[in-house]
Amino acid sequence: MILDGKCPKGPIQTSWDRHRFDLKLVNPANKRKYKILVVGTGLAGGAAAASLGELGYNVEAFCYQDSARRAHSIAAQGGINAAKNYPNDGDSIYRLFYDTIKGGDFRAREADVWRLAQVSNNIIDQCVAQGVPFARDYAGYLDNRSFGGAQVSRTFYARGQTGQQLLLGAYSALSRQVKAGSVKLFQRTEMLDLVVVDGEAKGITVRDLVTGEIRTHVGDAVVLATGGYVNVFYLSTNAMGCSVTATWRAHKKGAFFANPCYTQIHPTCIPQSGEHQSKLTLMSESLRNDGRCWAPKKKGDNRPPNEIPEEDRDYYLERKYPSFGNLAPRDIASRAAKEQCDEGRGVGPGGRGVNLDFADSIKRLGEDTIRARYGNLFEMYEKITDENAYKVPMRMYPAPHYSMGGLWVDYNCESNVPGLFVLGEANFSVHGANRLGASALMQGLADGYFVIPYTIANYLAKTKPGAVKADNPECKKSIEDIKAQTNKFLSINGKKTVSEFHRELGKIMWENVGMARSEESLKDALKKIPVLREEFWKNVKVTGKGEELNQQLENAGRVADFLEFAELMSKDALHRNESCGGHFRVEHQMPDGEARRNDEDYCYAAAWEFKGVGNEPELHKEPLTFENVHLAVRSYK
Amino acid sequence: MRIFNSTVGRKLLMSISGQLLIIFVLIHLAGNSTIYFGWINAYAEHLHSMPPVVWVFRAIMLAIVGTHICYGVLLTLENKAANPTNYAVKRQLKASFASENMIWTGLLLAAFIVYHLLQFTAKMTPDVAWTSNQAVVDVFKMVVTSFSNAGIVVVYALAMVMLFLHLSHGIPSFLQTMGWNNDKTIPVYGTAGKVISAFLMLAYISIPATILVGLLKL
Amino acid sequence: MSAHTSNTMTITLHVWRQAGPNAPGKLEQYEAKNVSPDQSFLEMLDEVNEDLIKAGKDPIAFDHDCREGICGMCSSVINGVPHGGQVRTTACQLHMRTFKDGDAIYIEPWRAKAFPIIKDLIVDRNALERITQAGGYTSCHTGGVPDGNAILVPKPDADYAMDAAECIGCGACVAACPNGSAMLYTSAKVAQLAVLPQGKAEAAERVCAMVDAMQENGFGNCSNHYECQAACPKGISVKFIAKLNREYQKALFK
Ligand SMILES: Cc1cc2nc3c(=O)[nH]c(=O)nc-3n(C[C@H](O)[C@H](O)[C@H](O)COP(=O)(O)OP(=O)(O)OC[C@H]3O[C@@H](n4cnc5c(N)ncnc54)[C@H](O)[C@@H]3O)c2cc1C
Ligand code: HEM
Ligand code: SF4
Ligand code: FES
Repeated sequence: MILDGKCPKGPIQTSWDRHRFDLKLVNPANKRKYKILVVGTGLAGGAAAASLGELGYNVEAFCYQDSARRAHSIAAQGGINAAKNYPNDGDSIYRLFYDTIKGGDFRAREADVWRLAQVSNNIIDQCVAQGVPFARDYAGYLDNRSFGGAQVSRTFYARGQTGQQLLLGAYSALSRQVKAGSVKLFQRTEMLDLVVVDGEAKGITVRDLVTGEIRTHVGDAVVLATGGYVNVFYLSTNAMGCSVTATWRAHKKGAFFANPCYTQIHPTCIPQSGEHQSKLTLMSESLRNDGRCWAPKKKGDNRPPNEIPEEDRDYYLERKYPSFGNLAPRDIASRAAKEQCDEGRGVGPGGRGVNLDFADSIKRLGEDTIRARYGNLFEMYEKITDENAYKVPMRMYPAPHYSMGGLWVDYNCESNVPGLFVLGEANFSVHGANRLGASALMQGLADGYFVIPYTIANYLAKTKPGAVKADNPECKKSIEDIKAQTNKFLSINGKKTVSEFHRELGKIMWENVGMARSEESLKDALKKIPVLREEFWKNVKVTGKGEELNQQLENAGRVADFLEFAELMSKDALHRNESCGGHFRVEHQMPDGEARRNDEDYCYAAAWEFKGVGNEPELHKEPLTFENVHLAVRSYK
Repeated sequence: MRIFNSTVGRKLLMSISGQLLIIFVLIHLAGNSTIYFGWINAYAEHLHSMPPVVWVFRAIMLAIVGTHICYGVLLTLENKAANPTNYAVKRQLKASFASENMIWTGLLLAAFIVYHLLQFTAKMTPDVAWTSNQAVVDVFKMVVTSFSNAGIVVVYALAMVMLFLHLSHGIPSFLQTMGWNNDKTIPVYGTAGKVISAFLMLAYISIPATILVGLLKL
Repeated sequence: MSAHTSNTMTITLHVWRQAGPNAPGKLEQYEAKNVSPDQSFLEMLDEVNEDLIKAGKDPIAFDHDCREGICGMCSSVINGVPHGGQVRTTACQLHMRTFKDGDAIYIEPWRAKAFPIIKDLIVDRNALERITQAGGYTSCHTGGVPDGNAILVPKPDADYAMDAAECIGCGACVAACPNGSAMLYTSAKVAQLAVLPQGKAEAAERVCAMVDAMQENGFGNCSNHYECQAACPKGISVKFIAKLNREYQKALFK
């Protein structure tokens, strides 16, 4: 099937305004009759639930943590982009649009990206009004910093805790609606199934993580804002509870999964220290503003970094990309780091690391300035590694970080299942094959505050409120399915723990479907994943009961989904016989090692339809057309 | 009324009544130290020459002490209720013996105040029984007689240790409750609290002590 | 693999186990073997749990998510101090290199009336949510707000607000407070919004509503012990409590 993104036609500059006018509205008096289920309370879900509640809809919001404020958006450090052009350095909506399309290696829809760039300015205003304490200059104006993939300074930040502050802004707006009674919060509640009635999304089945109760919530529309899936690699910068579960189960109920192979490996993370490791910690990309990446020129140079003289150092990013230097986009910077290590010039344990050196900046600006800019990051680094980065360079290595792929949605953020809307990192819409730094926060809030409130009305206006009741046979069936799965987990009583399976899966994925992929490695993964999955269902051990707080059971469900999802991700990577953005196929590179795109054959979004576990999924294509930016080879030289 | 019902309001009442009590403690100390200059009888006489003023003053003091005690007990009970289970292992980082025992040092002070009033105001304790048949009480003689008794001096000294403990937390605490605090003043107040309350303790104890060792005699 | 040391440690754990909210609880003893100094505290617990699961026993339930000290989910009292007492460090950021071979570690849940225990080390912190719901926001609408630079915010005020806004809502302040008070948590939000021009308009209603909610939800009063600041993994200062007190006085006379 050829998919239609339903983008507005005509000049892109006015596309969103025209589209908004064309959308149907719901009469204010009728709004409270519509119940909207919002799964996820991160930037996307939190902003959506708060805004929809404020409009008068009857909203129920769900998250698996004990508070809406703990969604993993909280971890974003660096900042959020907006085309304000406050520094007067040449920014504009068009430039943000252009940078995002180019940064995404021409694999995103133009109209969606334009809208994102357009509403980016409203986001900053909104957050300021909520009391988000963005950094300010001495005159009291908002401050900006630069970020990877851009030559203008358009990133707004709140110390090293931008995601946290933005999320707390959304959370405060959400709290206000909870008080007003328009939003009902269900914390420690995990969505385990999507209820589809007559082809439309009308409910979700959840497990109460405290009591173990499995129940259905029905509504008139379902919004998924459940974040990304890079925990498929086991070790990633995501939180321990981040999973593909919500989107995968929706996928199993008919929603198409788009571009699952587009995953982002972040260049600056603290290298792994041992087998015990449960997660990797990111150091904000903003560090590359003042830190210089280098590796020793000689293989196996074991001297302490400070004793390696200038001439024996390779500032590889500055060498390879003179105009962007240390601020090259993430995919490029990550691969460059991997290259250094693969050539045997890595530093630290196992040679899996490169230096991020602040010595020059400290000399130029003074330690105090560096401390003011990155103090909390240096502190975090020291807590984990026991090393003082004011004195010795940080050691960095790339780590899985973000998923550009996600459920397929049209311009309205609506999936192919009517009534199912997908926001934030959970959808695939704006970042193409690679996301630029500080753009995910922007997308989450854009979707939540400024897109979904309009587009969902267009769907609701066409439906009768409360049409599906809790006693619908689909709800009953869904509950039974989930109960059966729970019982299955508890009855296997095998020998390996859930984490052991997750770790093994992670290894397969990191080695074969990680930063560099080949036909061979992908085929290898596709051989190993089903074997591991089969073993999981025979040999996993989950103790305890279903009717209680049981964290193993929660994990079992998430890992079971990753074991299925990993296969789709590898298939997508194998099918995409080109290199683009975060998807790097070693067969397709330029002589200098840069990614070689194939626009002839692959200028489309790949949306996969589920056909049963282990069965071949069906590929649907949404062709991408570029009318406002010329398809060109991405160059950051 | 919000101030009487809310936790922060009640604490504010504690603070204000506490501050007034501190002012009283200071004035009282000034009054008492007239003993060193031989003016104490004149001072006592002067006070008693205006009975209405004395009674109004006593009523106000009663209200202040009453407020302080009532809310002190109430807040303490609320606090215990808010933290009913103990940790098997608990290591305090900042709370001190003084800050954790405000209610006990306070109640002991209250008991002491009662005793002190019975003794030198109502003159109902055995050591001052001799004053009952006197038309005009010689305050100087009364004080010196009583404080020649080591047992009584020990009671006073212990009470002043309670005052020290109570105020070493009470002084920084009332400043914080009033909101007159920031990062720079926090440590300063802590030290000031200890110094001022130690001064008060020593100054108050000095009177019975000098009498006991015989430096002040009849 | 470790960059620093390869010698491992054996640690004796005394962990609070409690099957449910009303079940009796007690400290149980476990042995954590082969603990690497580079391991985080929670990773050490992970491994104890793996062994428990393999032995067919119920693993220790504990809250955690981001494991980088920002989500505020992790919550255990370690050797008598919430988050373990390393300055500005959450339990998930605590590393085993701060312990010695042969150490005994006592691990307990947050304890306060407002935080009922759900299971083992997991407590219900909804009471904190309700404080925020009572007024921890500016009542702005989505859309229809002025340009971000329309109202200037002096840098000291922005920095002050940011200092307060760093609170991760973990509840360690409550757990550390002898009175089970949530003053530090509450004051951080009150102070942040009171100092910003965007939040000033509602400052009086906000402080009253949040203080009332604190009381209604079973938290104690502030006795100015300052245990909260000492235990707070973000080092939130008690100066914000002073600010709350000032805001409250202003509200009283309004
Ligand atoms: C360490 C780190 C640093 C980053 N730094 C930046 C940065 O500087 N700038 C930038 O722009 N982006 C950054 N990002 C990316 C960005 O933070 C995320 O992409 C974005 O915040 C995702 O928001 P979200 O709302 O889509 O999802 P999340 O914030 O992840 O929220 C997911 C929500 O869904 C809920 N949920 C998930 N599954 C279920 C389920 N099955 N049932 C019920 N609820 C469920 C969760 O409880 C949660 O509430 C960073 C990401 C990481 C990991
Ligand atoms: C000489 C007499 C007294 C003086 C000068 C005094 C002074 C003070 C001061 C300054 C405070 C600090 C207030 C604050 O934190 O804002 C305080 C607190 C307190 N006082 Fe007193 N006090 C006296 C007697 C008493 C008595 C008789 C009691 C008996 C109950 C008492 C009980 C308390 C308690 C319990 C507190 C702590 C309240 C809290 O922190 O919540 N005090 N006192
Ligand atoms: S004030 Fe500190 S201890 Fe209290 S909730 Fe916030 S971060 Fe945790
Ligand atoms: S797990 Fe997120 S702060 Fe510790």
